[in-house]
Amino acid sequence: MTISTPLDVKRIRADFPILDREIHPGKKLIYLDSTATAQKPAAVIEAMNTYYRQSNANIHRGVHALAEEATASYEGARQKVAKFIGAKNSRQVIFTRNASEALNLVAQSWGRANLNPGDVIVLTEMEHHSNLVPWQMLAVEKNLRLEFIEVTPDGLLDMETYKKCLSLQPKLVSFTQMSNVLGTINPAKEMIAMAHAAGAVAVIDGAQSVPHFAVDVMDLDADFLAFSAHKMCGPTGIGALYGRESLLEAMPPYQGGGDMIRKVFLRSFTPNELPHKFEAGTPAIAEGIGFGAAVDYLSSVGMGQIEAHEQALISYALERLEEIPGVKVIGPEASKKGGVAAFVMDGVHPHDVAQILDGEGIAVRAGHHCAMPLHDKFHLPATSRASFYLYNTIEEIDHLVEAIYKVKKMFG
Amino acid sequence: MDDLYREIIIEHYKNPSYRGELDPHDISFSDENPLCGDHIRIDLRVNDLGVITEAGFSGHGCAISQASADLLLESVIGKTLDEVKAMTKQDILDLLGIELGPVRLKCALLSLKVLKAGVYGLDQANDNLVEE
Ligand SMILES: Cc1ncc(COP(=O)(O)O)c(C=O)c1O
Repeated sequence: MTISTPLDVKRIRADFPILDREIHPGKKLIYLDSTATAQKPAAVIEAMNTYYRQSNANIHRGVHALAEEATASYEGARQKVAKFIGAKNSRQVIFTRNASEALNLVAQSWGRANLNPGDVIVLTEMEHHSNLVPWQMLAVEKNLRLEFIEVTPDGLLDMETYKKCLSLQPKLVSFTQMSNVLGTINPAKEMIAMAHAAGAVAVIDGAQSVPHFAVDVMDLDADFLAFSAHKMCGPTGIGALYGRESLLEAMPPYQGGGDMIRKVFLRSFTPNELPHKFEAGTPAIAEGIGFGAAVDYLSSVGMGQIEAHEQALISYALERLEEIPGVKVIGPEASKKGGVAAFVMDGVHPHDVAQILDGEGIAVRAGHHCAMPLHDKFHLPATSRASFYLYNTIEEIDHLVEAIYKVKKMFG
Repeated sequence: MDDLYREIIIEHYKNPSYRGELDPHDISFSDENPLCGDHIRIDLRVNDLGVITEAGFSGHGCAISQASADLLLESVIGKTLDEVKAMTKQDILDLLGIELGPVRLKCALLSLKVLKAGVYGLDQANDNLVEE
């Protein structure tokens, strides 16, 4: 089978040390779980090691050479991340622990300050728990109303229900740009414009979109964008929240501590300027630097190339998976989604599928993928999910399909 | 790997002997494994001597959780409730005859957890029920 993709995958794979691993005797690792977390190129691992070996110091407060160096590297990483998403100014990029914390920050800081009892928040039925629970918590606290854009049977957002939600004059709309289960890529730009026309602030969960295609906050006109480094070849423990400057300026601090203050008195404080106002305490410095190295790496490959490569993989994967009797992939056709194939198999539980695939060296995930309401919508307790990134190959998909036939035989 | 799916497990998964609800029953309890959404309900009939005379499980889950429920119920017929209270993780592993990693162990132990929570008359099941 010769399918062309724009990437020299062989060269890319050489950048990822883990991909050489034999995961079981005689079985090479076939990693199809990048939606959960991506593998890390040597450049990212080395950037973090170099920081610890050569520049380790606390940032912002020291004047010695090491502190200067560490601060420059960490703030340099912020600039890289800002540029990667098209932010005008790195002041608009707040480092958080992950996408979840970024979303919690918006809910707790912007939400608490700006929402009142009876106010409406619009979400979608395909959200990850990280973009549901922070709003549920706030809704209980402030007596807010949550409304949902529905998901159609083929895994798209139903725009008629969005219009209905907007007629309730919501204060905030928050949705994922790409589903981590269905793979659906939502029309974010259009949806943000609709939210703004209705007078709502638009929050984008970019945890799956930012790693997989070019996302430009200016072009989208997004008010907030949340994402995690670990899903885009960077380390765990760091993520980012982009925010519109006027909104961030008006928001109260999220957590209190060192670094987020300008002045402290015994009974009061004045907050620091952006972005430090939202970063209490010593941050994940090495991880921030690793995040910078990750966006450098992705930029050097090219986000357009990565997107086209994944499009080739998912088209091929859907074609192959759908020809297996008893296998059903949920979500829209390839042209409307990213590299995620969540599927069910007649008579075999997703856990068992994943376990047997693991025996063949193939790492896929089984469960509800932190989207229980979405699985309820499709009347499925769980799915198995194969997901693709820049280092995956057509041959790996062939192995996946062969292994699924093996599962069928075992349970046949 | 294929060990994990020994014939006995596939067989009990595909053709369970104790699948079904008992109505009426003396004891009934259900719970789920929040990690994977597996759900198991167990119903028991118990005679005046505290001996289990009939048992049935319902719900959904993977081959490991369903087969272990079937094997477990097969093993408790004729046992007293006190004997069930004394059962541990090792009993399940002996029934299945396999080694399990930490994630799949949860699947295997769900039925014992549900059974013991029912026998003890608890409001909620907890992991302490299946520790040694
Ligand atoms: C769509 C989506 N949103 C949010 C998250 C949460 O990311 P994290 O766990 O890094 O905070 C994920 C991770 O799976 C995701 O896929």
